Amino acid sequence: MIIAAQDGLFLENEVFANQLPAAILETIFMTAATGLIVALLGLPLGIALHNLGPRGLAPRSATYRVVSILVDIGRSIPFIVLMISLIPFTRFMVGTALGWQAAVVPLSVGAIPFFARLVENALREVDAGKVEAVKMMGASSRHIMRQVQVREALPGIVGGFTVTLVALISYTAMAGAVGGGGLGALAYNYGYQRYQGDTMLACVVLLVIIVAILQWTGDRVSRTIDHR
Amino acid sequence: MIELTQVRKVFPGGVTALDGVDLTIPDGEIHGIVGRSGAGKSTLIRCLTGLDSATSGSITIDGVDLGRVRGAELMTARRSIGMVFQHVNLLDSRTAAKNIAHPLEIAGVPAAARKRRVDELLELVGLADRAESYPAQLSGGQKQRVGIARALAAEPRVLLCDEPTSALDAATTRQILELIRELRDRLGITVVIITHEMGVVREACDAVSLLTEGSIERTGRLLDVISDTSTPLSKELIALPPISAMEPGETLVEVLVTAGSRLADVGRLFSLLAEHGVEAPVEAGTVETIQGAQIGRLHLRPDDAATAEGIRRVLVEQGVHAEVTTAAQVRAFADEHQAADAEEENQ
Ligand SMILES: Nc1ncnc2c1ncn2[C@@H]1O[C@H](COP(=O)(O)OP(=O)(O)OP(=O)(O)O)[C@@H](O)[C@H]1O
Ligand SMILES: [Mg+2]
Repeated sequence: MIIAAQDGLFLENEVFANQLPAAILETIFMTAATGLIVALLGLPLGIALHNLGPRGLAPRSATYRVVSILVDIGRSIPFIVLMISLIPFTRFMVGTALGWQAAVVPLSVGAIPFFARLVENALREVDAGKVEAVKMMGASSRHIMRQVQVREALPGIVGGFTVTLVALISYTAMAGAVGGGGLGALAYNYGYQRYQGDTMLACVVLLVIIVAILQWTGDRVSRTIDHR
Repeated sequence: MIELTQVRKVFPGGVTALDGVDLTIPDGEIHGIVGRSGAGKSTLIRCLTGLDSATSGSITIDGVDLGRVRGAELMTARRSIGMVFQHVNLLDSRTAAKNIAHPLEIAGVPAAARKRRVDELLELVGLADRAESYPAQLSGGQKQRVGIARALAAEPRVLLCDEPTSALDAATTRQILELIRELRDRLGITVVIITHEMGVVREACDAVSLLTEGSIERTGRLLDVISDTSTPLSKELIALPPISAMEPGETLVEVLVTAGSRLADVGRLFSLLAEHGVEAPVEAGTVETIQGAQIGRLHLRPDDAATAEGIRRVLVEQGVHAEVTTAAQVRAFADEHQAADAEEENQ
């Protein structure tokens, strides 16, 4: 523990008692709130993308291309740039550009297109024959989307959502560094700027644990619903 | 009634899958469509259901052209069609019972009635104990049976089957075909069966069409098609095992006894030949009763050309089809037309 030794024992560092619990909660809230928004908006966007696409239920090549380009733009802007350029929008939405609530806005904007693409890919894996079989039962498009496309692709969608959440965790840390709160802020403010090696280490370890738990849970859920 | 007139289907890319198909299938008929791989059978059935649309021509089922109607009308029309797919297409996320219940859910049948109907169907296809199994836990044949039960669930007026029995063993195939016939007799449904197994046609179909390179080469009542020796389909429908122990040049008499001949039965043929002193050993032969009529196909192997000609003359007089040929010719025909079938039937 060379890093820790510079500041003395872990237990003597008061940042641990005073700020760490709140930081953990902030990171969890930030991820959970963003995850919820991403699920609610990214899933429909992914479904729309797939069905407007060449193998979808209502192919519209022009519309598809436009939506597709927008999604790719959203995915390719570096997060830090997105965060700064969205400050006015964030202020408008949550009234402030600081704190974890504010961080949720750029995090969502960045993650929605990312997740939507993963959903689109998962839906593309569903055999066209299954869709045709259910079409032949006289099903509506709405029914096909819910009961065939999403239901059959659900293990893949859950997998994609897990990937999205894990990516989000690392973005929350980045958001933290510029006023977003959470473990990232703690690591940056104390671990980096005040040379507290133990704080830095604790934050990193906690982030790794959160990611591991998420991944494990995601894999389990995906496996339980996968009957292939 | 199913009616196709001058149906053409050209895929983008230029493959002409259907090239002027004319076909009429009356209500309550079980119609077999045979043809080689790539002949356009699946394409034909996909155009029938509106899953694909024909490039030109008209296709109607009970007066409705599924390639032209849209929206609610298409949905309603499709509910009266049951479809068994070549690749089964069950949903992996649903158990066997839930897969069978699916068309009933869509048709809005209440849960209790749905359950009753599903149990009935599972019983019918012999899978009552596998109700809660997922497709991944079923064998190919079991999946196919679930697919058939699913197609029948909503009591369709028309049942379209693309290779319904290709994954099944002989006993199960027979059960399924019996089931289809019984349903037709009870409910008067119209059935189209696409198959490459001539046994399926012989056992289940009232009429048969041969699709060759995108058009109907021959169509008719099963017995008529079998009796018509002018097309290869007759020989394909009643196939004989391949000739093995004959020299290519050896003479052979091909005989086909049908309902139209004046013989009381196939056995009478031998005594008749004996009476005329033109006997010959049987190289291969098959006798089947199809729709109540006895059909027999024989390969006789006379010692010399004169006997062969004698046999031919005696038989033709009795209205039996007889043709003098050589082992080489029969082999060539088999290679071209029925290699796969003969293999299947030998198994
Ligand atoms: N979507 C498609 N695009 C282009 N060509 C196609 C398409 N589907 C089928 N074809 C072509 O149309 C022809 C007929 O195909 P089809 O699937 O109807 O044959 P089939 O008679 O059902 O054969 P099999 O017995 O092997 O199932 C083939 O030459 C095939 O390559
Ligand atoms: Mg096919």
